[in-house]
Amino acid sequence: MSDVVHHESSENRPAPAPIPHELRRTDIDARAARRAERQVATMFALSALFAVLFVVSFVGIDPEFEMGLPVIGTTRPLNIAMGVCMGLSILLIGTGAIHWARKLMPDVEVVEERHDFASSDEDKARLAETFGAGVEDSGFVKRPIIRRTLLGAMALFPIPLVVMLRDLGHDPDPAGSLKRTMWRSGMRLVTDSTHEPIKADAIPVGNLINAIPDGLVELEEEEGNLNERAKAVIIVVRIDPADIVSQQGGTAEEPWDYNGVLAYSKVCTHVGCPISLYEQRTHHLLCPCHQSTFDLADSGRVVFGPAVRRMPQLAISVDSEGYLIARGDFAEPIGPSFWEIAQ
Amino acid sequence: MSLTQQSPTSKVLTWADERFGAAKGLRVAMNKVFPDHWSFMLGEIALYSFIIILLSGTYLTLFFVPSMTEIVYNGSYVPLKGVKMTEAYASSLDISFDVRGGLLMRQIHHWAALFFVGAMSVHMLRVFFTGAFRKPRELNWVIGTVLLTLGIVEGFAGYSLPDDLLSGTGLRITQGIILATPVIGTWASSLLFGGEFPGTDFIPRLFTIHVLLVPGIILALVTVHMLLVVFHKHTQFPGPGRTNKNVVGYPLLPVYVAKAGGFFFIVFGITTLLAALVTINPIWMFGPYVPNAVSAGSQPDWYMGFLDGAVRLMPGIEVQIFGGTLGLNMLVPAMVIPGIMFTLLGLYPWIEAWASGDRSIHNLLDRPRNAPTRTALGVMALTFYVILWASGGNDLIATTFGLSINSITWTLRFGLFILPAIAFWVTKRICLSLQRRDREKLLHGRESGRIMRLPHGEFIEIHEPISDKEKAKLLSKVDITPLALPAAEDANGVALPQARKRRIQAKVSQWFYADNVPRPTAAELEEAEAHFAHLESGHHDRELESH
Repeated sequence: MSDVVHHESSENRPAPAPIPHELRRTDIDARAARRAERQVATMFALSALFAVLFVVSFVGIDPEFEMGLPVIGTTRPLNIAMGVCMGLSILLIGTGAIHWARKLMPDVEVVEERHDFASSDEDKARLAETFGAGVEDSGFVKRPIIRRTLLGAMALFPIPLVVMLRDLGHDPDPAGSLKRTMWRSGMRLVTDSTHEPIKADAIPVGNLINAIPDGLVELEEEEGNLNERAKAVIIVVRIDPADIVSQQGGTAEEPWDYNGVLAYSKVCTHVGCPISLYEQRTHHLLCPCHQSTFDLADSGRVVFGPAVRRMPQLAISVDSEGYLIARGDFAEPIGPSFWEIAQ
Repeated sequence: MSLTQQSPTSKVLTWADERFGAAKGLRVAMNKVFPDHWSFMLGEIALYSFIIILLSGTYLTLFFVPSMTEIVYNGSYVPLKGVKMTEAYASSLDISFDVRGGLLMRQIHHWAALFFVGAMSVHMLRVFFTGAFRKPRELNWVIGTVLLTLGIVEGFAGYSLPDDLLSGTGLRITQGIILATPVIGTWASSLLFGGEFPGTDFIPRLFTIHVLLVPGIILALVTVHMLLVVFHKHTQFPGPGRTNKNVVGYPLLPVYVAKAGGFFFIVFGITTLLAALVTINPIWMFGPYVPNAVSAGSQPDWYMGFLDGAVRLMPGIEVQIFGGTLGLNMLVPAMVIPGIMFTLLGLYPWIEAWASGDRSIHNLLDRPRNAPTRTALGVMALTFYVILWASGGNDLIATTFGLSINSITWTLRFGLFILPAIAFWVTKRICLSLQRRDREKLLHGRESGRIMRLPHGEFIEIHEPISDKEKAKLLSKVDITPLALPAAEDANGVALPQARKRRIQAKVSQWFYADNVPRPTAAELEEAEAHFAHLESGHHDRELESH
């Protein structure tokens, strides 16, 4: 197809120079050779010794014994003793073998010719002939109905294997699940560490509390997984009402905050890390994973980083006892975007 | 032949020969020659690390419980006593604290995994910069690219298994990225995780992938990789006596068996010592995974850094298309960019062959300077990679140097495009300068540092001829003439059908090879020889030194 050829010219290429070789000390001095021999044997013997010491430390050192070591700090010596013995036992075989090769084995480089492995044109032609004859004999070309049905069957036979993967998932509506959390109207907000309800008036301005829905822990016991926690976790912050620029919903009579107490999802809208870093002064919330930054005083909008969607706000209020409650589920999906998110 | 005369060795050999005809093949194998160079050990480190990973990993499977069932920890690590966690995490803690040697094996496994990916990467750089990927070894280069990719996947799968806070966060990010897959993302995530994240299915599934599927494929590919190395015979650096048609080095038996075998024990020994003395992935400090916690400044293993960095650098862009939402902020950095990077890497042998028009067999390695455009492209790609990698630590840079995370991110965003271009240009200039110096050395000898004053007062420096060894090295340079621009029409004025394609090829070829500094011709070398002969006979020639 192409008349492109290799342009390297072989002119000027000098005849290969002889391969240089220098005698080693061990080649000419029998004492040096004996010394090298002793060194190699010492390394092998030490290797065996360390293998024995490994067993000694395995049996002899209490696994829970702890002590302080320089540089390393407080640690369990068993691990170090076993590791060092095993490591040296292995390493010394290696250093011994290489020392042996370098000092005592022949160090004369030898030449091995490379042979063209490409087949002759004749062989290639015969292969093509054999293959052609084989195809001909099979009737693959002559009998198109067999060929076509075979290709059809080959195209379809993987389908059962793929279909069987369907039951990997137990969720009939994954997109729907991503859009819902367990928050319901009237559900109390509780702290995620002690599971106590949160008194709205007890939160000082500038504070941040990690919260979960009341009843989440019981639900987790029942379901045996952390799926609801992964979606329902929120942060509660109190911002001076004068600093709040905007919120994601609510009216003047029924705002989504309660006296400057705002609740937002804790799950980053970028790839779903739980957000943890809050700067009081700017009301910025920073994701430690990829540094998406959200302004909680301004509807949770994105001010920096790879996130696109604002942090969803949870409408809250207080119950008769003054504890924070949700006024329903989030109005928009929490967490990372997905194909069906806007549908 | 009577059996009584045979030594045990020859009995075994006879047994094998009569069943497999082994004698001839074994003899050839034992005489097989391996060239010696320190950089050829990089691939060995990767291979040996893989063997260490298989050994230590098998041990770990005896104790690890790949289950997400929640239990209450009651092992010997006091700070976590009574804490709810998955069996996966609890058994990882047991391996670390209650199985004697368990922590050592876990740390050997983890260190070896870091070395495995590291050695593969550096080995690939060696192969790239010396042109060892050229015909007939292109396919082995592709296998290497696939192995590197699988090594990264396998490493990530491995450190995700203990279900500690760090690995769980990594999985959460991965799930977020899977969700961003166009059209099928939501379902793909639901099927992989058995429903919603985190569910209770993923760790057992990942375990099978980590201990069976991926290592099986890696083992098969490593085998093919090694067989191809044996079949093609190893490449060698240019030097005295070394040609494109031979291999100069040490025979397999005894020298290479001792050296390569010994080197396995050295890699294994050093990994073990490191595992004994330096903590890696202290999962007990991270705590169990819960979806509502994360530790700030947490870093993935080094080989995931470039992906994490790409995800951090990408500006927030999301588009609506065909009624769906496409999160380009995840899709581009986590799938498109690595996809392009690894595709270009795998295809590079064909890209270069297309630009050079070179279809010949190459067993002698290039010195990087003698392929300036390739070397510059390599350094460019490496710069791109390193910036992505550094971006994965933008928060650490910010806290360490007290800088604004926003300005660091913006600097890196611009740097990602500007610095690779600068790196390309600088590398190419350096290579061409080194080529000019090599030519100078061949024609005028090396600078001896001796200054001589001529009778009329002028000072000159004496140049001396270079050694035969160096000469053999310098003369190994292969000059590639760039492809000429093809005629648009044939002799009869008929437009050639392929002219446009060929013109693009020629342009690329010019860009690759036009500024090459040619190796001296035979005539020039002869002239130089004559000058030196002249000098040695006692006549100092002004003209020669004033070059």
